[in-house]
Amino acid sequence: MKSTVRYAFLKSLPVLFGYVFLGIAFGILMQQAGFPVWMSLLISLIVYAGSMQFVLVTLLSSGASVVMTAAMTLLINSRHIFYGLSFVEKFKAMGKKCFYMIFSLTDETYSVLCSVRPEDKVDQKKAMFLIAVFDQAYWVAGAVAGAAVGGILPFDTTGIDFSMTALFVVIFLEQWRSEKSHLPAVSGLISATAFLLLLGPDNFILPSLIVTVTILLLCRRKIEEKTEVRGDAD
Amino acid sequence: MPIKWEYALLLILTTALVTLLIRAVPFLLFGRGQKMPDAAVYLGKILPPAMMATLVVYCLRSIHLTQYPSGIAELISVGVVAGLHLWKRNTLLSIAGGTVCYMLLIQNVFAV
Repeated sequence: MKSTVRYAFLKSLPVLFGYVFLGIAFGILMQQAGFPVWMSLLISLIVYAGSMQFVLVTLLSSGASVVMTAAMTLLINSRHIFYGLSFVEKFKAMGKKCFYMIFSLTDETYSVLCSVRPEDKVDQKKAMFLIAVFDQAYWVAGAVAGAAVGGILPFDTTGIDFSMTALFVVIFLEQWRSEKSHLPAVSGLISATAFLLLLGPDNFILPSLIVTVTILLLCRRKIEEKTEVRGDAD
Repeated sequence: MPIKWEYALLLILTTALVTLLIRAVPFLLFGRGQKMPDAAVYLGKILPPAMMATLVVYCLRSIHLTQYPSGIAELISVGVVAGLHLWKRNTLLSIAGGTVCYMLLIQNVFAV
């Protein structure tokens, strides 16, 4: 039991610094825009979406319309549509916790959950739930701290958000080692890069993911031939 | 506060609801009792590496290749993360090393 908590904490540790400091940045932004602390807390508790929360500060400040807000959210968070696909059965088996698992499926939590291996000798459901809870706790703590005492950090934290990029790079490499077929990784990389160059940083992610998914569906036989050699793992 | 708090609350709830709905799509489609279609199971299995690649590109999206020194610190630091990880395979070390490298670079070498 204790070892499951320890396992979940260690798994969530890479998210800690990134989330605390991104949370602080969000809190400071809210405070500077003139919003009360409770609102930063509320947003981090019920919205809980990294980049979208930063956009939300702008939307709130300018008094954007509900339709505009919904449309921006759809656009910015669309990539999250694909995350649940890998966890439908696993989350369903978690009973009441299923709802929280779906709600809290951010980029970072998704990535860490992908790195939970069946070989790891722990209570998987409990570990996944704890990882999700720890991650949001870091985020909420950062946001409240930023909104309450913002701007008085003792050292220059510029660039600390790079730890999120580093987390994705590490998990990418881990998956590269364990996956028999590299086609998913390679097509994701090429498609994302191509669409970034083509469409620019604001609109590339959804078209890129649609193309990647299409390629992977078309290459299904080829990929399954490669992966099924090692038996139906997972 | 720049706007009325009731209206702020409305916008916050809208964002929360839309975000939750997006995350819930696979569960609304395939979570109801019956078996998931083969194609969806297959996608769920193979998508994580593709998503991870996409997220790395997403994180680096604001690099301008034509503007010096944009992107140099990022590329060096991604290299440090990858190098450390291939060498030691210690997740925390790779992330900490790369992040410290990035912070030192943009705060000192490529400071604007």
